[in-house]
Amino acid sequence: MSDALLDVRALSKSFGALRATDRVDLDVREGETHAIIGPNGAGKTTLIGQLAGNLRPDAGRIRFAGEDITALAAPARARQGLARSFQITSIYREFTALDNVALAVQAHAGHSFRFWRPARAEARLRNPARAILEEVGLGGRADVLAANLAHGEQRQLEIAMVLATRPRLMLLDEPVAGMGADESQRMVRFLGTLKGRRTMILVEHDMDAVFTLADRISVLVYGRIIASGTPEEIRANPEVRSAYLGEDAED
Amino acid sequence: MSTVAAPNPQPAPPPERAREKRQLVVIIALFVLLAAVPPIATAFGQPFYLDLFRRIMIFAIAALSLNLILGYGGMISFGHAVFLGVGAYAVGVLAHHGIQSGYVQWIVAIVASALVALVIGAISIRTSGVYFIMITLAFSQMLYYLGISIEEYGGDDGMRLTVRSQFPGLVNLDNGTTFYYLVLGILVLFTFLVHRLVNSRFGMVIRAARSNEARTRAIGFSPYAYRLAAFVIAGAMCGVAGALFVNHTSYLTPDFMNWTRSGELMFMVILGGMGTTIGPVLGAAALLLLEDFLSGWTVHWQIILGPLLVLAVLFAKRGLAGLLPGGGRDE
Repeated sequence: MSDALLDVRALSKSFGALRATDRVDLDVREGETHAIIGPNGAGKTTLIGQLAGNLRPDAGRIRFAGEDITALAAPARARQGLARSFQITSIYREFTALDNVALAVQAHAGHSFRFWRPARAEARLRNPARAILEEVGLGGRADVLAANLAHGEQRQLEIAMVLATRPRLMLLDEPVAGMGADESQRMVRFLGTLKGRRTMILVEHDMDAVFTLADRISVLVYGRIIASGTPEEIRANPEVRSAYLGEDAED
Repeated sequence: MSTVAAPNPQPAPPPERAREKRQLVVIIALFVLLAAVPPIATAFGQPFYLDLFRRIMIFAIAALSLNLILGYGGMISFGHAVFLGVGAYAVGVLAHHGIQSGYVQWIVAIVASALVALVIGAISIRTSGVYFIMITLAFSQMLYYLGISIEEYGGDDGMRLTVRSQFPGLVNLDNGTTFYYLVLGILVLFTFLVHRLVNSRFGMVIRAARSNEARTRAIGFSPYAYRLAAFVIAGAMCGVAGALFVNHTSYLTPDFMNWTRSGELMFMVILGGMGTTIGPVLGAAALLLLEDFLSGWTVHWQIILGPLLVLAVLFAKRGLAGLLPGGGRDE
């Protein structure tokens, strides 16, 4: 287990009497796509928040690439290669798509106490940003204001920003949430192209997406991981079926 | 990471470039108009207008500095006039003790306002929202009452500046026209400086943090240090406005840093257009000209000014700058 890129032990977080994260252990290996599923209110977003550094756990520890990062704030974790997307799209609405991605590139191109040269004229920021927009399929929308992009495009843009930070681990919080069937399929196909090249934690409600993409799945119920395994193992697990998949199988 | 060949950075698309060009034309026209005030005022025998427009430009400089943190940085500082006061007091106090060199006075004004900004900023930027507003307000009121309490420098009444800042061999501030063009020169310079600043990597970070702080932290920026730096730069710039203002009025009072003055500066920025290049200049001009015009008409001029401001805030989202060709968007 010591070779895991992300190694979480006994992570706990309560809000009053509610144990949102209850002694969670989690290992994510380099190169794997690890899905976290669970019914609404299971504590998935709380868990992601603690992994990304937006929420401070009450107990437990998080090791990333061999270092204890439990006490690090979100920006420091991002600089170490842990990048997240949000459940509710989080982009710079009044900047163009290209500006959005160039900012993410800039965050990892040294300090930004540079006061004079126009950032938009720096090929060092703009070229990688353009390349990433091409990669996610937004190449033709580079100069459109992010606020004017369609919902699906905004989700793609957020993924582009995550990629632009050259992350070692991507934390994707419901990347296909709110997308139409077409958009959703396109996003799943795109994430499929990253599979193996990137390490991903994927929180997702869409079971098609999860079973298409995940190498391993952890099932979170009431803040606890009740099962962890390959998609086949999870499908066959009776506890999971009763706790979660059963509800979904009905509809 | 990507196999796609990186294309060369392309220039901005045509509509955007055309917009920038229109905006530049408007800015140049505005400064040319300001440059034309002294000869016109002299020709019509109305030196009062020289005085009025010099005052407008000094407030435009102060508003410009506030726009950097308020308009671009999203920091609602309700104590910005404090730097106007620190700059003015630096000049006034040194002159009071016999140091008349403008070089010394102005450098002290800049350094002192930067230091005060560093202290206020270091504490207030840890907070946000209403707390930020209240802390900046509290600090400025603290210094306001400090000014009132120091009898040596006139206390409540303030004191006269008997001799203007001396710049031997460079400029003579006792010459009204020379002083006017010095203020204009500094205004043009600062407009250009702010424009470069907000488009640099540094400026992109503070604008990003205003737009979406969670996203900014998630991609790896810690906004605190960048915001603090912006706050200090804005404080120092406003300190220059303070040094100019005390030379303009030839007296100073703690009232320079009263919270109502901070409110005026905020109005100028909001009325002119937050986060626009030229908005603060337009806002300062509009507010002071209206004040001058309406107060000549009735003593209750604020009854008219108030609703006008409300209308401007409601219907001109990008302020006056947004109504001009090429305006209305972050540049």
